[in-house]
Amino acid sequence: MIRSNKPRNLRLAGLGGMTLGLILSAMPVAAQSANPAYAAARAAGQIGEQIDGYLGFPSSPSADVRRTAEDVNIKRRAIYAERASATHSTQEDYAFTTACRLILKTRPGEKYQAPDGSWHTRTAEAPLRDPKCAAADTAPN
Amino acid sequence: MNSFELTYRAMAAKTLPMQELAPRNRRPLRTWVTTAAMVIGGALTLGGCVSVTAPDKPIVIELNINIKQEVVYRLAADAANTIDKNPDVF
Repeated sequence: MIRSNKPRNLRLAGLGGMTLGLILSAMPVAAQSANPAYAAARAAGQIGEQIDGYLGFPSSPSADVRRTAEDVNIKRRAIYAERASATHSTQEDYAFTTACRLILKTRPGEKYQAPDGSWHTRTAEAPLRDPKCAAADTAPN
Repeated sequence: MNSFELTYRAMAAKTLPMQELAPRNRRPLRTWVTTAAMVIGGALTLGGCVSVTAPDKPIVIELNINIKQEVVYRLAADAANTIDKNPDVF
């Protein structure tokens, strides 16, 4: 996450100046306040990033956690469907590509799914991902 | 006269060309050349044989992976943009 976001921050700040910089720095705060239950469950490792672009449960979830994740997954599916048709791809391919980025973006302590389906806790090291995900990192932004 | 003619014809049939002696001499030669050519040709065919053995492992073309990788490459920028635009679900 740190590695991939730094150049983007620098470039946007250089291009857009103060306004864009302010919006960008305000975004993580907005993300946390928009859905505190989701943020809390993620941080606690009750919800993890799957390889298919959706949220999953590393351990059996409480009813509240399950509802939170399913709510997010429904919204994600709608976004994947919209972007897949806009990019002339399939929903699965778009979701998979997004998952490559999402797993890379997980913060240490958060859970993610390895290519074999097992759950791992993100450390400071690079996450275990499908070899095809390498193409997502080298793609031009 | 008639009898002479008949006798002459009978005798004429016994001349060498009429008995096809000349062609008979030529034909065995042609047959021998043909046989020799066939033998040499056969030997050449056998000598120039390239033996092809079927591979013991099945031939697998990893086409799907390449296509998928190209798709991931193409969609990556859009996916990153989508993640940034929807911070409440990603």
